[in-house]
Amino acid sequence: MSDTSLIDELPGELLMWVLIISELLVFGAGLIAFMAVRLTDPAGFAEAQSHLYRTGAAFNTAVLVTSGYLAAQALNWRKVARRGAARLALIGAALLGVMFLIIKGVEYTGKAAQGITFETHPFFMFYYLLTGFHAAHVLAGVGILLLVAWRDDARNIEAGAQFWHMVDLVWIMLFPVIYLLG
Amino acid sequence: MKYESQKIAYAYFAVAMGLFAIQVIGGLIAGWIYVSPNFLSELLPFNIVRMLHTNALIVWLILGFFGAAYFLIPEEAEREIHSPMLAYLQLIILVVGTLGVVLTYTFNLFEGNWLLGKEGREFLEQPKWVKAGIVVAALIFLYNVSMTVLKGKKTAITNILLLGLWGLALLFLFAFYNPGNLSLDKQYWWYVVHLWVEGVWELIMASILAYLMLKLTGVDREVVEKWLYVIVAAALFSGILGTGHHYYWIGTPAYWQWIGSIFSSLEVIPFFAMMAFAFVMVWKGRRDHPNKAALLWSLGCATLAFFGAGVWGFLHTLHGVNYYTHGTQITAAHGHLAFYGAYVCLNLAIFSYAMPILKNRDPYNQVMNMGSFWLMTSGMVFMTFVLTFGGTVQTHMQRVVGDYFMDVQDQIAIFYWMRFGSGVVVVLGALLFIYSVWVPRKEIIEPGAAETPAE
Repeated sequence: MSDTSLIDELPGELLMWVLIISELLVFGAGLIAFMAVRLTDPAGFAEAQSHLYRTGAAFNTAVLVTSGYLAAQALNWRKVARRGAARLALIGAALLGVMFLIIKGVEYTGKAAQGITFETHPFFMFYYLLTGFHAAHVLAGVGILLLVAWRDDARNIEAGAQFWHMVDLVWIMLFPVIYLLG
Repeated sequence: MKYESQKIAYAYFAVAMGLFAIQVIGGLIAGWIYVSPNFLSELLPFNIVRMLHTNALIVWLILGFFGAAYFLIPEEAEREIHSPMLAYLQLIILVVGTLGVVLTYTFNLFEGNWLLGKEGREFLEQPKWVKAGIVVAALIFLYNVSMTVLKGKKTAITNILLLGLWGLALLFLFAFYNPGNLSLDKQYWWYVVHLWVEGVWELIMASILAYLMLKLTGVDREVVEKWLYVIVAAALFSGILGTGHHYYWIGTPAYWQWIGSIFSSLEVIPFFAMMAFAFVMVWKGRRDHPNKAALLWSLGCATLAFFGAGVWGFLHTLHGVNYYTHGTQITAAHGHLAFYGAYVCLNLAIFSYAMPILKNRDPYNQVMNMGSFWLMTSGMVFMTFVLTFGGTVQTHMQRVVGDYFMDVQDQIAIFYWMRFGSGVVVVLGALLFIYSVWVPRKEIIEPGAAETPAE
C-alpha cells in the first residue's frame, strides 16, 4: 500500500506529528489574526509593543534553543547507549525550560505591576493569549522531558524531543512577530 | 449473531426508533407552527414541541449508542455482555425517566417541587429524580460494558468507544447544577451538550464507523486503528476548546472570541478525516459485503457530517461572522444537517447493519432501506439549503439593516413553507426506514440483472 508507506517513513510517533501539525495550525492562525488586527491600528500596536521587555525575550530565545539542542543531543547519546549522558542532557533541557518560565514570569509580573491586562489593548490580548498558551506548552514540555529522562527508551526520548522542538519552533515564530516587528 | 447477549441491542434499537418517529413528527409540528403560529398554541405550545423535538433526538441517539455498544462490544471483546439483566434494567430506567420528563413538562406536574417538578430551564430540563435516574442508568451501563471489556479482548475500537461513553456519562453531571444566572445556565448546558457533540460523541462516532468499516470492507484492523487514533486526536484537540465559540456574546472575556474561532475552525479536520477514512476503506476493501444499505448509511454519515458539522459549522463559527448570524436560521440550518449527518446517520447505519442480523434475516440488500436514505437525505439537505438562504436574508434584514424581528419573520415566510415541505419528505423517509427495518421478510434482488441483454 503506497500511501501508508509514506506515513510509515515518518520518524517518531505518528500521533506526535498530528499534534505538532495541529499546534502549528493553532499558533499560525493566532499569529495571522494578530497581524490582521494589527492592520486596523498600527499606531496603537506599536505603542503597546514598546512596553514589552525585549531583552528578556531575546535571552529567553537563546535559553530555549540551547534547551532544544540538549534534547536533540540526548537522543543521539541514547542511541549510542550513553544513557547517563542522555539523562543529564534531558534534565538540563528541562531546567532551561524552567528558566524560560521564570523569566517569562518576571515579564508577566512586570506587566501586571504596570496594570496591563488582557483588556488593556488588543495587542496585549494577543500577547497574553499567544505567549501564555506557549508558556503552558513549555510547562507541559518540562514534564515530558523529565518523564522521558525517567523512562528513557530511545523512542520515548524521540517523542519528547519532537514535542520540545515544536515548542521551540513556536517560540521562534512568536518572538519576532510579537516583540520585534516594528 | 455470534453472541447471545448481542440481542440486548434489539430492545435498545426498538425504543430508539420509536423515539425517532416521535422526534421527527415533533419537528414536523414545530415546522407547521412556524407557518401557522397559532396551531396548538393552547394545547402544545411551541416551546414544548421544540423541547420534544430536541430532547427526543438526544435521548434516541444515546439509546442508539448504548444499543450499538451492546451489539459490538461482545464481538470485539469476544465474550458475552457481563450482565444482560442489568442492561435491560438500565433500559427500563431510561424509558421511565423519559416518560417522566415528557409528562412533567407537558402537564407541568408538581410545580415548584424540588424533586418532582420542573426546573424552569430552557435546556437540561428534567426533574431531579429523572436526572438521578439517568446517572444510575449510566453507572449501570458503564459497569456492565467496562466489566465485559476488562474481562475480554481489548481493541482500539472498544477502548475509544468506552472513552467516549465514559465522557458522555461524566459530562452529564454538569446538568445537576442549575445556576440562577441565565448566561451561566447556558454555559452549563454547553458543558453537557456541546462537549458531547464536539468532543466525546465524535469518539463514539469514530469507533462505531471504524467497526462498520472493519465489517463491511474487510480492511485490516491495523489500518483502521491507525486512522481511528488520528481522528480521535484531531477531534479532542480541536473540539474541547472549540466549544469556546459559544462564549462570544455571553459576557466572557474577549479572548474567547479568538480561542473559539481558531479551535472551532479546526473542528473541520476530524470530520474531513472521517470522510476520507470511510471512502479510502471502501476503495481499499476487498470484501463485497451484501449489506449495501449499511454501507450507504456509513458513507452518507461521514459525508453529511463533514458538510453539516464541518462546513456548515465553519460557515458561522468565526466571531466576526457570528456577530451577525448568531441565533438566526443559519444556526438552525447547521444544527439540522450536523445532527442528521453525524449522529442520526451513524445510528441508522448501525441499525441497518445490526437489525437484519438480530432478526436473522440475511441474505439482504435492503433496497427499501436505501430508498429511505435518499428520501430522508434529500429532504434534510433541501431543508438545510432553505434555512441557509432564509437565514442569510434574515441576517441581512435584521442584523445589518436593523428591521424588527417579526417583520423579518414575515418576509422570510416562503422559506418556512419550503422548510415544512422538506420536513414532510424527511418524516416520510424516517417512517419508510422504520418500516423497512421491521416489516419486510427476506429481501434480496439478484445482482447482474442489468447485464442481461435487452432482446
